[in-house]
Amino acid sequence: MSLIATEGLSLRYGPVAALSNVNIAIAKGEIVTLIGPNGSGKSSLVRALLGAVRPAAGRITRAPGLKIGYVPQKLAVDARMPLSVGRFLSLPNRRPEPEVAAMLARTGVPGLEHRQITALSGGQFQRVLLARALLAAPDLLILDEATQGLDQPGTAAFYALIEDIRRETGAAILMVSHDLHVVMSASDRVICLNGHVCCEGHPRVVTAAPEYRALFGHGTHGTMALYQHAHDHAHDACTHEEKPAHAR
Amino acid sequence: MLDDFLVRAALAGLAVALAAGPLGCFVVWRRMAYFGEATSHAAILGVALALAFSTSIFLGTLAAALAMALTLGGLTGRGLAADTALGVLAHGALAFGLVAVSFLRGVRVDLTAYLFGDILAVGRAELATIWAGALIVAGLLAWRWSALLTVTVSEDLARAAGLNPARERAILTLALALVVAVALQVVGALLIVAMLIVPPAAARALARSPEAMALGALAIGAASALAGLWGSLVFDTPAGPSIVVAASLIFAASLVLPRLR
Repeated sequence: MSLIATEGLSLRYGPVAALSNVNIAIAKGEIVTLIGPNGSGKSSLVRALLGAVRPAAGRITRAPGLKIGYVPQKLAVDARMPLSVGRFLSLPNRRPEPEVAAMLARTGVPGLEHRQITALSGGQFQRVLLARALLAAPDLLILDEATQGLDQPGTAAFYALIEDIRRETGAAILMVSHDLHVVMSASDRVICLNGHVCCEGHPRVVTAAPEYRALFGHGTHGTMALYQHAHDHAHDACTHEEKPAHAR
Repeated sequence: MLDDFLVRAALAGLAVALAAGPLGCFVVWRRMAYFGEATSHAAILGVALALAFSTSIFLGTLAAALAMALTLGGLTGRGLAADTALGVLAHGALAFGLVAVSFLRGVRVDLTAYLFGDILAVGRAELATIWAGALIVAGLLAWRWSALLTVTVSEDLARAAGLNPARERAILTLALALVVAVALQVVGALLIVAMLIVPPAAARALARSPEAMALGALAIGAASALAGLWGSLVFDTPAGPSIVVAASLIFAASLVLPRLR
């Protein structure tokens, strides 16, 4: 029984097809990484899963009572709105102060409750957004390009945190990333999207290889892994020119 | 007490502050200044229609403002209304309204009263309408406060929290049309947007939370209304513009004072 699943999902913006015939399913407690080049429809798919866009065809099934925690790709709070971190975490539902403080500590940004949102750094804001999503005790956590703007150690630390959260809460995680080759090593599955599902598979953990050290440097603590694409087709106008698996 | 025209004027001014202050915060946060301008200019068209069909000015204004706000909401919701389109609609509505009023032969209309307000002429019945409208706006905003804030911060986050952004936008649209109808006689169609934007802008400097900014805007709006009325008596100036002058002076002070500390 999956938490959320799409069947033959197609999305259109006017005459432009954003997604066609997408079938994906996310099971309880699973970490799924969704990758694809810019404009591949990743964010559209996320918006459809959230119910923000209506499918042109196909359908989306959600488990009854499914609670989704969402960490958006970017969020610009207008500087003219005075908003503290604590108040932001209490939108739209008031949360008890100790609960807010504990969650901020859990996501690695303790003591920020009274700081204004506009005074946060990018990395702090990302963790505040994560804390906000977790306060809803979600069954499914959707992170849209959550590591954008983080450096490599920052990304590694964030991945480690997500892994811990899955272990502690049992929440399924959908991690959206534009990095086509380096993914979170804890991913149970990787789905490559480019208007449709190109391929699906497991990340290859190569932490021990010297090439890995050369590629990622030290300090990522095995949180990152390579993903080997296995396309059975080629894209003409595609930014990632992978060798098809059968041509290897 | 209500027999005194000044008391009625002061009460009308306070009602506008009560509604326009908190709603104005959303106008500022959502960058809807031009949107508000178009909606309030449509009020003049509403005045012409009300006179033509011999209905109450309040209802005519409310209908015209609501129609304009809904049209704009539909356009911006689909990403169509750019700055230019809003500008065309804002000033087109005003011009159409002014021309339409001039077509009403046999009706003597003092347009200045609608363009700049006529707060000193507010009667008991009008005062009741103004307060009813203001209380509805304040009640709507208080009832939906948390949801409106969430939608203003991020529609996607609001949706993930189970809210319907379209519904919250519709509530703001309705509140805006009501404020336009309420404020028409107090500050006039041309200056309604000032009462929506200037008090929240002045309150921003001191506020640390959205609630504090809304209450601050309310208080600054109320102080401006009273100070403006007093000024118009002492200096024999038009009341509506005097209220906006008072609000603008408070805004200027809010920019300067924090730096002196």
